[in-house]
Amino acid sequence: MNSAHTSESRPHESGLWGWLNRRTGLDDLLRSTLDEPIPGGARFAYVFGSGLLFIFISQVITGVFLALYYVPSADHAHTTVAYITKAVTAGSFLRSLHAYGASAMVVVLFLHLSQTYIYGSYKGRRELLWFSGCVLFGLVLAMAFTGYLLPWDQRAYFATAVGTNAVSEVPWIGEYMKRLMRGGTEMGTLTISRFFVAHVFLIPAFIFALVGSHIFLFRKAGAAGPVDEDPYHPKQAAELFYPRQVLMDLSLTSLLIMGLGLLCFLAPMKLGPPANPADAQYIPRPEWYYLPIFQWLKYWHGAAAIVGVLVIPAAVALGIVGLPFLDRRVERRPWKRPVAMVAYVFVVFSLIGLGLRSQYLDRHDPGVVQQLVKQNAEEEAYASKPFEPELSSASLVAVNVTLADPLAAKGKSIFEGQFCNACHGDGGVGTAAAPPLVGINKKFSPDQLAELFKHPTAKMNAGSMPPVNLPPDDLKALIAYVESLK
Amino acid sequence: MSQGAADFEPAAPKDLAEGRRSFLATLLGLGSIFIAALLSVPLIRFALFPLIRRTTELKGSPVGELSEFMSVTEPVMRTIQIEQVDGWRKAVSEKAVYVTKDSQGQLRVLSSICPHLGCTVPWNKEKNQFVCPCHGARFAADGTRVSGPSQRGMDTLETSVENGQVRVRFQYFRQLVSDKEVIG
Repeated sequence: MNSAHTSESRPHESGLWGWLNRRTGLDDLLRSTLDEPIPGGARFAYVFGSGLLFIFISQVITGVFLALYYVPSADHAHTTVAYITKAVTAGSFLRSLHAYGASAMVVVLFLHLSQTYIYGSYKGRRELLWFSGCVLFGLVLAMAFTGYLLPWDQRAYFATAVGTNAVSEVPWIGEYMKRLMRGGTEMGTLTISRFFVAHVFLIPAFIFALVGSHIFLFRKAGAAGPVDEDPYHPKQAAELFYPRQVLMDLSLTSLLIMGLGLLCFLAPMKLGPPANPADAQYIPRPEWYYLPIFQWLKYWHGAAAIVGVLVIPAAVALGIVGLPFLDRRVERRPWKRPVAMVAYVFVVFSLIGLGLRSQYLDRHDPGVVQQLVKQNAEEEAYASKPFEPELSSASLVAVNVTLADPLAAKGKSIFEGQFCNACHGDGGVGTAAAPPLVGINKKFSPDQLAELFKHPTAKMNAGSMPPVNLPPDDLKALIAYVESLK
Repeated sequence: MSQGAADFEPAAPKDLAEGRRSFLATLLGLGSIFIAALLSVPLIRFALFPLIRRTTELKGSPVGELSEFMSVTEPVMRTIQIEQVDGWRKAVSEKAVYVTKDSQGQLRVLSSICPHLGCTVPWNKEKNQFVCPCHGARFAADGTRVSGPSQRGMDTLETSVENGQVRVRFQYFRQLVSDKEVIG
């Protein structure tokens, strides 16, 4: 684009950089990235896009690292997140960074969208740019929703139960969509698998693709510049992206790093007790950015639900997505666009109002207050307990046998006292000398076993299994134990 | 577009401006590398956790009071619970061990697993020997090999005494070899 500028002076043509550059054209790439002209010059108002890119990269990195320890299944998810939070070095910090990063993403996304809207930067052949941004907004909210479930604590479980229930309010296909998301009628381990796949494979793939197209379309259209600039043919003197705009962008990035770092250090994200679907008392509350929708859905039930759940949100979404088509004027100055500004203020205030209303209702219902206080206390109590490893299923079997049936428990001591375990192994798992007894109840009834114990078969004799000579009561106990081995 | 860009450039000679630009670029590059290095510290600590801290371990298991073993004249069997921690999970299992004394009269804890092929070896009171029921390996009361197919004596386990409690660290050893070799 500015050929005179780039070809004239190239101080880095020698050495490693020159070698690399002659093979990759990295220098031109870097220059065309940094020499993007901004009509009207650099401004702090333009920093949010690269702020979002930074948070997104941070989310990808922290997410990949969290996956080093996380297991997406209903019986391990919570233990592994507890392990990350309580045992692994810097685990609490990284998980907090990932969780708070989601909130930061929503905040900066809102600022980015607001700036674009107020500046009228969607005008002038920028329909696709705006459209890809809208899809990205939806994808970010979907990331927040799917990621929220993964720790599988009380808060996550019940918030997602409510969230997926809300989907079922959609007419005709709602119930089917809910089951599709949950992997069944109820929430369970299949729900975690689905949310995990969406959160780490599907949605990120779409985000990568759309971020790429968003940036490409942005560079194609060019920076829109200030509100009094012509969105089609910029006329104001342009300043290059580098250095001043880069420095401004970096100042937001630094602010985000410091803010998030401090927050994660001082108030790390808590993990509550594991999800207990049988807890009928639990009052679910979504993350703050979902509160307005949560409150909104409360107003729509029965026959009117179709209006509140489908018609109005669809109209708002369509209005936002179709904005560059609805508003074809070249005018970008906010004070000359009263309808757009009133609509913006109305939507923002409605969202804030709904969120505050939800908080207000919670605070003025003694029952809710009491339960929320209790839930918080349970969360604190769980958070302060040291990490307790999960008992593997193999050890549970042996322990349970001794507890469940006193007869089998007696049989276990006979099994060991008679050194049956010498050849058949502890817990009847089998050794090189003799076959396992686990699951033998499927092959022989207690009576058949008693017969085999008294009169071993030729094959058993060949393996030097002696006849069992025990008082009838002891024999009964031994058989009860052997039959219980599973 | 390029016209606009040129207009905004300072009036200073071009090479001076270029020099200033690349100095700033170097500064920013170094600054970014420094910040990135700083931010990757928690990531590295997080990823290296299993190497820094032991994540698979066998904790010493209590066998019983030291006083009750002081007067043993022949090996006594004790069932110990061993807790095997593996990352975020643990397995609890029961293992039989023998508490006995060595030739100097010192307390010794033996694994009951036969070093030949892994059967559990019972103590035979009449013969005053350990006799393995599988292939007839025999061991003396202190666990030393007497006869039979085993290539070594019964395996002694690491013991410690804490507050009068005998604790033992259970381990598995390779079978069919003459030297004790830990396998986990």
